[in-house]
Amino acid sequence: MYAFDIERPTTIADAAKALSGEAQALGGGQTLIPTLKARLADPGTLVSLSGISEMQGVCMSDAGEVCIGGGTTHATVAAEATAYPALAETASHIGDPAVRNRGTIGGSLANNDPSACYPAAALASGATIITNAREIAADDYFQGMFTTALDEGEIITEVRFPVPEKANYQKFVQPASRFALVGVYVAKYADGVRVAVTGASEEGVFRWTEAEAALTSNFSAEALDGLSVSADGMIGDLHGSADYRAHLVKVMTGRAVSAAA
Amino acid sequence: MTQVSMTVNGKAVSGDAEGRTLLVQFLRETLNLTGTHVGCDTSQCGACVVHVNGKAVKSCAIFAAEVEGAEVTTIEGMANADGSLSKVQQAFQDHHGLQCGFCTPGMVMSATALLGENPNPSEAEIRAYLEGNICRCTGYHNIVKSIMAAAGQDTSKIAAE
Repeated sequence: MYAFDIERPTTIADAAKALSGEAQALGGGQTLIPTLKARLADPGTLVSLSGISEMQGVCMSDAGEVCIGGGTTHATVAAEATAYPALAETASHIGDPAVRNRGTIGGSLANNDPSACYPAAALASGATIITNAREIAADDYFQGMFTTALDEGEIITEVRFPVPEKANYQKFVQPASRFALVGVYVAKYADGVRVAVTGASEEGVFRWTEAEAALTSNFSAEALDGLSVSADGMIGDLHGSADYRAHLVKVMTGRAVSAAA
Repeated sequence: MTQVSMTVNGKAVSGDAEGRTLLVQFLRETLNLTGTHVGCDTSQCGACVVHVNGKAVKSCAIFAAEVEGAEVTTIEGMANADGSLSKVQQAFQDHHGLQCGFCTPGMVMSATALLGENPNPSEAEIRAYLEGNICRCTGYHNIVKSIMAAAGQDTSKIAAE
């Protein structure tokens, strides 16, 4: 690692101040620390967000949304987001137990890894990403692989999830890394079904709108029968070709619908 | 360099650390507690698992500065006060839950964390919990058996392999 200083603010306001220069925010560090070790980042100053208690924990908003502090670990979401079981279940399968004790929802969404689980959950749920400056709808937030609507130094302080009638996430794990080779999150709301796919596209997480339309009129795996997913723009690598990933999108969507129904 | 203070295995300790000093470096190089191992250094293998405020974490994926003021337990702190082995350690010895032994500190720390959360885990739950702990001797079978024994379970139920 290149040398850097660490700051540990205890309030969002102090963290925002510390991030106003060239500094880099540090969530749980489960992605950033390996990145630093590989000397792929040279931040000068890291601002650790783990000491900010106002950014931690799970609660319910007055509007009935599950609110999760940006600094909340996956383990805490798995244990405490009981009002939204599919989300808790998703969190309980990210990484491994030690990673879940450190990794945070804000860190995962800010990084927007194309194979991460939380971007699919947030996009399929129509979540709202709350920062120290504004509120961003999930549909506007994800802007491609490792790219988001966040400005430099902007901090995810909270994520709000409307609770669906039914939901499920199916992850086809890449057997070495255990990241999603393809993961599909299906959420059924009163006004329609949303389907978000991670791991598959070179553009990062995306909504499969044809499946959403079909599932909104008939919420069953059979509703997908006539649909196909194009391999154009899908990731192809040694773990799976673009065609294979496109195929998996439909298979995992069907499994998620069956498990949710 | 800044001064970092924490409690390690019940003892208040402090020492100098750079921003980039990992907890595992602080434990091994500053405190000379070399029981915690570095296997992969890319947070895959789990040989470096310790407990921070009671939770299993990979000490190669957390900075010493982030642990300021915390309670840390390492493999050196696992034995009972009279020096006898903890239930988990004793079970690893009794059931030969190791081959070369390199991954053992992390396995014992993860197993102890598991039994803290779930005192009576199934074989499948044990295997799932150990997802982040890799044994390159592939000696998982006796590791799982040891953890079942530490939980007071009948190890004859585990499939012979």
